[in-house]
Amino acid sequence: MSDNIADKVKGIISEKLGVDIEKVKDEARFIDDFGADSLDTVDLVMALEEQFEIEISDKEGQEIQSVEDAISFIRSKCEK
Amino acid sequence: MKRVVVTGLGMVCPLATNVEESWRRLINGESGIKKITSFDVSDLACRIAGQVPSERVEQKSDSPFNPLNYVGAKELNRMDTFIVYALAAAAEAIKDSGINEATDEEKERTGVIVGSGIGGLPAIYDTAVTLKESGARRVSPFFIPSSLINLASGNISMAFGLKGPNHSVVTACATGTHAIGDAARIIQVGSADVMVAGGTEAAVCRIGIAGFSAARALSTSRNDTPEEASRPWDKSRDGFVMAEGSGILVLEELEHAQKRGAKIYGEVVGCGMSSDAYHITSPLPDGNGAYRSMREALRSASVSSDQIDYINAHGTSTIPGDFGELRAVERIMDGKTTASMSSTKSAIGHLLGAAGAVEAIFALLSIRDKVVPPTLNLHDPEDTFIDLVPLKAKERSVKYALSNSFGFGGTNASILFKAF
Repeated sequence: MSDNIADKVKGIISEKLGVDIEKVKDEARFIDDFGADSLDTVDLVMALEEQFEIEISDKEGQEIQSVEDAISFIRSKCEK
Repeated sequence: MKRVVVTGLGMVCPLATNVEESWRRLINGESGIKKITSFDVSDLACRIAGQVPSERVEQKSDSPFNPLNYVGAKELNRMDTFIVYALAAAAEAIKDSGINEATDEEKERTGVIVGSGIGGLPAIYDTAVTLKESGARRVSPFFIPSSLINLASGNISMAFGLKGPNHSVVTACATGTHAIGDAARIIQVGSADVMVAGGTEAAVCRIGIAGFSAARALSTSRNDTPEEASRPWDKSRDGFVMAEGSGILVLEELEHAQKRGAKIYGEVVGCGMSSDAYHITSPLPDGNGAYRSMREALRSASVSSDQIDYINAHGTSTIPGDFGELRAVERIMDGKTTASMSSTKSAIGHLLGAAGAVEAIFALLSIRDKVVPPTLNLHDPEDTFIDLVPLKAKERSVKYALSNSFGFGGTNASILFKAF
């Protein structure tokens, strides 16, 4: 289940930020490593909300800055 | 005032996704107008359009449009189709001109004026539906930058590093012609050496067709014979056919172009603008606004009407519009002329804000190739002494070519090119 979440999150990041899936490593940061801008990260958070049917507040969204952040945040939300 | 020449051309239109194939098909008398199959038209009065050839549209082009040839998959999320068409046409025009090899300093003297009539209408429609059905939280952060009209100019500047003047024209169906005229003036007064200028449009969608249908502007009686629907000056015309695409020209200060040995398509020698001050959608019945626009283009070039060889007319195939323009041209010619006038909208439909730019390119190619494109479907013309080039292209030398565009709001623009 957990691996499934990680794979899904990485797939969304790959698609939304236009990065090859192999490069979507846990430690990678959206802005520094993938050249994302503020609009990209908003778009990414919206895609995560839609995929996992959850709501992510603006404050929570701003704290999601890396692949790892995204995976652990989604896990915590989905496992509640 | 500095002299301005055209050194690069780029085009995406219903006939093809590049200049030379579009021109070849146009001169061959082919039509780019087809039944719409890419979205539901069952409740629309008009079910035909001139759509850019692509996988989703059935068109017999050698060059179906693939947006990924011009923009990355990620960038594609950030722009509605009118911007993608502009980037594609700009890429062709810039490569054609050779200014892609400019230095950083030269790029600071290179600007962009690309306009659009409506901009991101499909994005506005889709986002309105999302807002209504799913709420504000589902509205994309890219919605505004994907639909703003000046983001065509903005994205071109970013894609090619062009750091000179950057703005946009919005004058409905006169946009493309105004953009060329304004860009030429920026070069004439020395504010830039090179300008990437033109228009772009991608509003062939349900709300676009429904809107122009409601204004009673579109052809509705030839949904089963789409290639016959656009018939400027034919007595049985019944409205225009919407189309999409982009036309982009590289304008350059003459000495700048000569210094780098650029190929020169022609010189921009005159530009005229006027307003009807009359009605939101209807032109003046006697074409007085159109007449004054052409008169000013000639005056600004110190050229007399008997020197004109070819007029690429606005000629949309509406009853009042074609009639007014014909009267205006007859008046400017003062009863006799050897000039030919055709409407290429008969083949490609009406590209709205891109129309003037695409048609300016056709006017320049008529100078280059000594042939003027035909007015298709013109079997029963209005009475006139003007040669309307019915049905077949005509070989003739062209030294001066005039291109007209008129827009909703009663705005008129005419641009005059001279062989170089």
